[in-house]
Formats: sequence, C-alpha cells, structure tokens
Amino acid sequence: MTIIVKTITKILVGLIFLYGIYIITHGHLTPGGGFAGGVIISASFILLILAFGSEEIKEKIGYIYSSIFESIGGLSFLLIALFGLILGSYFFYNFLPKGKVFMLFSSGIIPLCNIAIGIKVSAGLFAIFLAIAATRFIMKE
Amino acid sequence: MIELYILLIISIGAGIVAVEIKDLLASAISLGIVGFSVAIMFILTQAPDLAIVQIVVEVLTVVIFVGVILKTTHIDTTLEDKLNVRDYLTKGIFALFGIFFLLFSILALKELPQFGMPIMKIASHYLVKGFEEIRAANQVAAVILDFRGYDTLGEATVLFTSVIGVLTILRKIGKIK
Amino acid sequence: MLPYLGCIILFLIGIYAILTKRNLIKIAIGFCLLEYSVNLFFAFIGYKKDALAPIYANLSQARNFVDPIPQALVLTAIVIGLGTTALLLSVALRIYEKYKTFDIKEIKRLKE
Repeated sequence: MTIIVKTITKILVGLIFLYGIYIITHGHLTPGGGFAGGVIISASFILLILAFGSEEIKEKIGYIYSSIFESIGGLSFLLIALFGLILGSYFFYNFLPKGKVFMLFSSGIIPLCNIAIGIKVSAGLFAIFLAIAATRFIMKE
Repeated sequence: MIELYILLIISIGAGIVAVEIKDLLASAISLGIVGFSVAIMFILTQAPDLAIVQIVVEVLTVVIFVGVILKTTHIDTTLEDKLNVRDYLTKGIFALFGIFFLLFSILALKELPQFGMPIMKIASHYLVKGFEEIRAANQVAAVILDFRGYDTLGEATVLFTSVIGVLTILRKIGKIK
Repeated sequence: MLPYLGCIILFLIGIYAILTKRNLIKIAIGFCLLEYSVNLFFAFIGYKKDALAPIYANLSQARNFVDPIPQALVLTAIVIGLGTTALLLSVALRIYEKYKTFDIKEIKRLKE
C-alpha cells in the first residue's frame, strides 16, 4: 500500500483497539459486549495486515499467538462457569458480589465472561483472516 | 415505520442483484448493501447491540469475499452458456416450491402475534430480575451471560469449530512428512 | 405482517441462489442472505411499538422495553455466521486451486 495509507493506519489502529476494549469492558452498561468488541479488535489487526502486508515470519507468529489466545479465551469462559459449580450451586452460577447498578464493577461474573469471549472471538476471527489472506495458492494453469 | 418498508425493498432488490449479476465483485458489494440495510433495520427495531455487531461483521464479510475473488476470478462463467432442459427443470421446481412456501408461511404468519405487539411472558420476568438481582444495566448482556449461559457456551464452541475447520483446510500442504 | 413477509421473500431469494446457481461464490452469497433474513425475522418478532432498547439509563425508568430474548439469541448467531461463511469460502478456494473453476458442473470428475 502507499505511504498515505500506512501513515493513517498507524494513527487509527490504536484508537480502534481502544474502542474495542471500551466496548468489551462496558458490555453490561451500554450496547456492546464480548462479541461486538472482539470483532472490532480483530478488525484493527486485519487493518494492520491489509495496510502492511503479511510477511512469512509475522505470519507464523500470528498463527501461534492467535491459537494460544483462542484457547485461553475458551478455557477461561469454561473455568468461570465451573467456579460457579464449585463455589455456588450450579453451572454458570453468578458467584461474585453484585455491587451497585451503573458502576463498572457490578453484576457479578458478566464483565469477566465478556472479557473471555472478547479474547476468544478476536483471536478466532484474526486466525480465519490470516489463513485466508496469507495462504499462497497455485492459481496458474 | 415507512423507513422500514423502504429498507426492506432496497435489501430485496440488492439481494436479487447479488444473485443474478455476472461480475462477482459487484455481487459481493450488493451483499454489502443488504447487510448494511439489515444493520439500519436493527437500529429502527431498537436493537443497538445487534446493529454494532452487524456493521462490523458485514465489513469483514465483504473484505473476505473481495479477498477470495481477487485471488481467483471475478467473472461468473456459468451465466454465459445457454440454458438447457435441466436448468429449466430446476427453476420450475423452485418456482413450485416457492409458491407453496409463500402460501404456507402466510398461513403460519397469521397465527403469530401482530407486528409490534409481542407476548413478553418470560421477558417481563427477565427484565425485572436482571435489573434487581443481577444489577446489569444492559438486559441483553444479562440474558446471554447469566440466564442463558449454556447457549453462549454452545455458540462459542461452534465458533471454535469453524476456526479449526478453516485452519485445517487452508494449512500448507507438505508440512507433515 | 408485511415486514415478516419481506423476510420470507429474502429467505426465498437465498434458497433460489443455493438451488439453481452453479457458481460456488453465488452459493456462499445465498447462505449469507439466508442468515440475514433469519436474523431480521428474530429482530422483528421482538419489536414492540413505541418501546425503547432494553438498556436501563436511570434508576426510576418505566419498563417499556422491546423483547431482549430474540436479540440475545441473534447476537451470537451473527458472529457464527461470519465463521461459517469463511469456512465455505476456504473450501471454495481449495476447489478452485485444484480445478481452476467455480462451476460445480466441472467439479464432477473427482478422480484424475
């Protein structure tokens, strides 16, 4: 891509990433949540790939990290649910103190679940895009 | 609610264009038109959560479609050759199926509650409990992560499976010897 | 009832693309249209006239909200839709790499 696109991408990527984190952490107060924020974060990574291209080495690192984060997200979501079974009475029991309404630390396990789902969705969609964009095909006759 | 009908007509027209046009790139862009009008309809039906997700997912869908088409070809060669008997037969069978589907769905839709007046038996319970016991301001988050956590866990598993599937299909051949 | 009927017509367009088109990309587009129509149908079912989005803004708010349950069901389904579309397109890419065409009539010869 041209230098204009690269410069503007450098400025914008951080802002998009921050917006995704805001959407995830405020999922129980405002519209949004883990799914929306995760897709926005993966969109910021995809913008980086589209602007700067995917070299071979970066590609390998991207695969490793995205698979690690995908597994971390899924396992932590499952662990939160299991803690409900251990500490409380049933699977997905809301075992944390609820707090006050309209505060950031409120409503028990919902913010934690949002963060886990956000990590999982962002890593998964990034891995999908990396696989489609970076695989070399033999398209000639 | 006149905007809703206009957007529905736009999305139906863009859907027909996306299916019938010869250039695959134009087809992907028409799919984008359908998706974005769906996003605006989500806002009109008071679903901001869905609108946020739909807009971002639609952008990614169009990007992936364009990436695939640029890697391969952008002309639909199947529209060039003449229609033979089999094509007419499939179209005829589809027309029959479509007419019956439409008739039955009209009969079924009459039994549903009127547009704009849902029966909110469980939802009224959830709306009270989600605010007073779970203390979440966003009731959709309370439903997906507390009342119906199993559902979200299942969907997360489906997403994991599809990611594994894509990585398996597209991995480099010859890596394992 | 008219908005529901619009969803049904969009659904039929998707089925038309899947059944009668021979191009793999067109079939993937048909699947996308099916997803959109079903998601839209759920959002329409939960809609309530003159009601607000199900998000509390202050403590003493009247509970005049649209139905949150269909929205919660659709929210996850949209992201899953992107995953399944990507899976479909990756299969199409591998098929194009082997046969150099998207036409499903040419892909019949599996041996060779």
